Amino acid sequence: MSANGMGGVSRRGLLAGGIGAAALAAAGCDVGGGGADSGGAGTGEGKITALFMQQAGYSEDDIRGMTADFAKAYPKITVEPTFVAYEALHDKIVAAAPAGTYDVVLIDVIWPAEFGSKKIVTDVTAQFPAAWKTDMLGGALTTAEYQNKFYGVPWILDTKYLFHNTEMLGKAGVDAASLSTWDGVLAAATKIKNAGLVKYPLIWSWKQAEALICDYTQLLGAFGGKFLSDDFQSTAFATGGGLDALKWMKKTLDDGLTNPNSMESLEEDVRKTFSEGGAAMALNWTYMFNAANDPAQSKVAGKVDVLPTPAGSAGAPGVNGSMALCVTGGSKNQKAAWTYISYLTGADVQNKYAKSSLPCWAKSYDDPAVLSVAPKMVPAAKKELANLISRPEVPRYNEISQILQAEVQNALLGRKTPEKALADAADQAKSLLS
Amino acid sequence: MTGFLRRGRVALLAYALLVPAALVVFGVVLYPAGRALVISFFDVDSPFPGAYPFVGLKNYADILTGARFWTAAQHTLYFTLASTTLEVVLGLGLAHLLAAPIRLRWLFRGIVILPWALPTIVNGAMWRWILNAEYGALNALLTQLHVQGDYRSWLGSDPFVALNMVVVADVWKNTSLVAFFLLAGLQTIPGDLLEAARIDGAGPVRAFLRVTLPMLRPTLAAVLVLRIIEAFKVFDIIYVMTGGGPAGGTQTVTFLTYLQAFSAERFSYGAALAYVTVVAILLLALIYLRLLRQQELSVS
Amino acid sequence: MKKNRHVGAHIGALVASILILAPFAWLVITSIAGQTDLLARPLRWWPEHVTLSRYREIFSGAAGGVAAQFRSAMVNSLVVAAGTVLISVSVGIFGGYALARLRFPLRRVTLLSFLVTYMLPPIVLIIPLYLLMARFGLLDTKLGLVIVYCSLATPFALWTMNNFFGSLPVELEEAARVDGCSRLGALIRIILPLARPGIVATVLFVFLLCWDEFLYALIFTSTSDAKTIPVAIAEFTGRNAVDFGLIAAGGVLAAVPPVLLAVVLQRHLLSGLTAGALKA
Repeated sequence: MSANGMGGVSRRGLLAGGIGAAALAAAGCDVGGGGADSGGAGTGEGKITALFMQQAGYSEDDIRGMTADFAKAYPKITVEPTFVAYEALHDKIVAAAPAGTYDVVLIDVIWPAEFGSKKIVTDVTAQFPAAWKTDMLGGALTTAEYQNKFYGVPWILDTKYLFHNTEMLGKAGVDAASLSTWDGVLAAATKIKNAGLVKYPLIWSWKQAEALICDYTQLLGAFGGKFLSDDFQSTAFATGGGLDALKWMKKTLDDGLTNPNSMESLEEDVRKTFSEGGAAMALNWTYMFNAANDPAQSKVAGKVDVLPTPAGSAGAPGVNGSMALCVTGGSKNQKAAWTYISYLTGADVQNKYAKSSLPCWAKSYDDPAVLSVAPKMVPAAKKELANLISRPEVPRYNEISQILQAEVQNALLGRKTPEKALADAADQAKSLLS
Repeated sequence: MTGFLRRGRVALLAYALLVPAALVVFGVVLYPAGRALVISFFDVDSPFPGAYPFVGLKNYADILTGARFWTAAQHTLYFTLASTTLEVVLGLGLAHLLAAPIRLRWLFRGIVILPWALPTIVNGAMWRWILNAEYGALNALLTQLHVQGDYRSWLGSDPFVALNMVVVADVWKNTSLVAFFLLAGLQTIPGDLLEAARIDGAGPVRAFLRVTLPMLRPTLAAVLVLRIIEAFKVFDIIYVMTGGGPAGGTQTVTFLTYLQAFSAERFSYGAALAYVTVVAILLLALIYLRLLRQQELSVS
Repeated sequence: MKKNRHVGAHIGALVASILILAPFAWLVITSIAGQTDLLARPLRWWPEHVTLSRYREIFSGAAGGVAAQFRSAMVNSLVVAAGTVLISVSVGIFGGYALARLRFPLRRVTLLSFLVTYMLPPIVLIIPLYLLMARFGLLDTKLGLVIVYCSLATPFALWTMNNFFGSLPVELEEAARVDGCSRLGALIRIILPLARPGIVATVLFVFLLCWDEFLYALIFTSTSDAKTIPVAIAEFTGRNAVDFGLIAAGGVLAAVPPVLLAVVLQRHLLSGLTAGALKA
């Protein structure tokens, strides 16, 4: 293989490609892929395929159970549920979009802007009953909303709560009521550390991943920060509450209150460390309450309590970590898909499976049956779910998040000052907003 | 005249022999690869077909002037050079051991193939588990041997350490592949040649340098080029082990391509990145092949 | 002198085995250790509670569950890998021979264009491929995966076979042709047996490429009809399962078929010229 041979070919190849592309452009050809099918309403009957995820919330068995019940109620619609890990959910929805493989997809709260603006999921505002807007919890309702349109129906409702180890708190003489503010959390952590109960009282999910932004968002909200300016045209996290939140995070590391291994931890690592008694307090999703209280997988079972997220200087909003069911743009059976979604998101079904995931409906939280499956979780949830903060609702959110993840880590690792890191992030994100 | 005819017939036979391979490969790849090349000159931001603006070489210009690409390129280059070099050096040694007439050789070969047989996503998860800052076996080993005082973070604190840990995981798995190919290459060296060298009074080192290495050069080149291609495209193990962190320190070009083309739906930018990758791999492979050839000259 | 070298080889093999086995042994121990042992500090190298529950779960888990999917994934992976090996290696042998032994116009360009397809990161090919597969009804089928994997593995098979053929002495083939063999006859009767180590190495590689591939399988499959081992193992992490032991158990089981294959094939990695073929 000679040098000339290799170089020559690639140059020629590039040149030929360039000419070809120019020719195509001149001819005004489709370049997006070609030959995709467009969706349609369909007859409201027949077969539909749905894509769910395997983590958290409703289990695969739950969903199969719901679907079996649906089949009894609507015998003319057959549903094939399929499942994928959360990490692959976004990519699978995108890849399948032009082929219209799925009629119903589960989407994360951070995707409606992207999927809605690209018509990967359909606008269901017209079908969205007015009553739902008042009957659903305020925090839940916005899950699939983008620019005053609804692109789906909220289904899995979640936010991060403050979990604590009651035994450690008791030994250090900390009153759980003092954990209602982040200042109180710091004071408690210092006490626990000084008492020698645990080396690092706090553990977080600060790995370079979306989990980091979830924690950051919750703190940013508490300190009165904003991600974007009101007109969504520029970033606002580099000053005020956004900066205070990052400085606060860094300080807990510097003071030895936060476990430095938070930098490589996801939610599951947080749960593992907490369940092993390796931390006194941690932010995590609803599921940690049952998991950390399960003697089979936790050493601190029975010593775990949950509280709504602590307040900062500007309140105590929880990060919106909900998910919604959507009808895809490529579906040829959109009517049947909507029927299925309406069924799954209904209060009856959600109340029945409340043990797996808390319902989106306000009334459910006063339902004794729901209360009985999670007597400690429900009061905390009722309070926090009324006040949720969203991550930026813009089509290019994923890119902004990637930039923020890397820069926030730069600050936490001491490679940049918080000011510089956030200014750099804002600088890179600027062009993604217009 | 007959020579011309014969040459024509040979060419025809060659093409006939290559047609099945071409069908199998280009039948599948031509449309997607061609489309990727075409859209790299447009601004496609959705998976759907439609009319998108033609932007010429803008995507390529954006890549080459963007800081993120060059940072990722540095990580990729380091990863590629470190892992391929280690794999070839260790693989050469391992290949000789595999060829040696030792006892229980079949067992040894079974052991050597183990890392290669472990799916990459398991390999990544395994190393993440071994390197875990709280419960990892490496921390336990080093503290129990008093090499280090306390548990430390391998994948979360220092980006360069994390990148090197990914190299370790990759080398552990892929050295086997290199070793097995070099073992096969060693088998094509006539034993008489080594015998002759030995009779001439050459020690094992001299015999290795004078006979084995030059004879092994084609296999070495082949396996190097393959490992360069694969190492440069590294994705799965990063995805599983670090997700590109900490602080973007293990983000490679293919990982960036994934983030851009999938998470961000910047399909055109991603496609352009892919072709930049192809050109970079070609250049790198070329440099390696050149170096190998020079080595051959200096040895003989 | 010779004896010394053999002692050296044994020591070398022992050291190499330990380095290779140590991480894998930890994987095996993890797969049978109780959860509390795994998280103990200081770490106990041999668990207090040995449990086979994870293996039991994989082998006897209810149909429809993750465990049942793992079992069907094992079968899917075997079928897909075997199909791909059969196709890729045979077309690779013929094409590789042409590239190594026959002189024809555009030889280098041909080889290079095959290699370039191997250099493209698969990520950018996924969406158009998905459309193609949907059009031909190949999504979520083993056949679809075989077709895609063949396109991945064949450039590789061509490249290695080209090199192995190229490193065989031309004289052998010429001798055979003087004896009246056609080119193809010489390929099948003389070259193939000599290139057996190379072919076996290529078979192993193609098999493991299929066994290992994650991204395409993840996107192109959705049910137990076609999900492969890596996809099934990735799903063990689903549903809040922090239990690394289950992934470890899946990984250990996933490594068994390729290792068995290697042990069966390893004899054929040795042969060719050292066996005195030059005299033939």
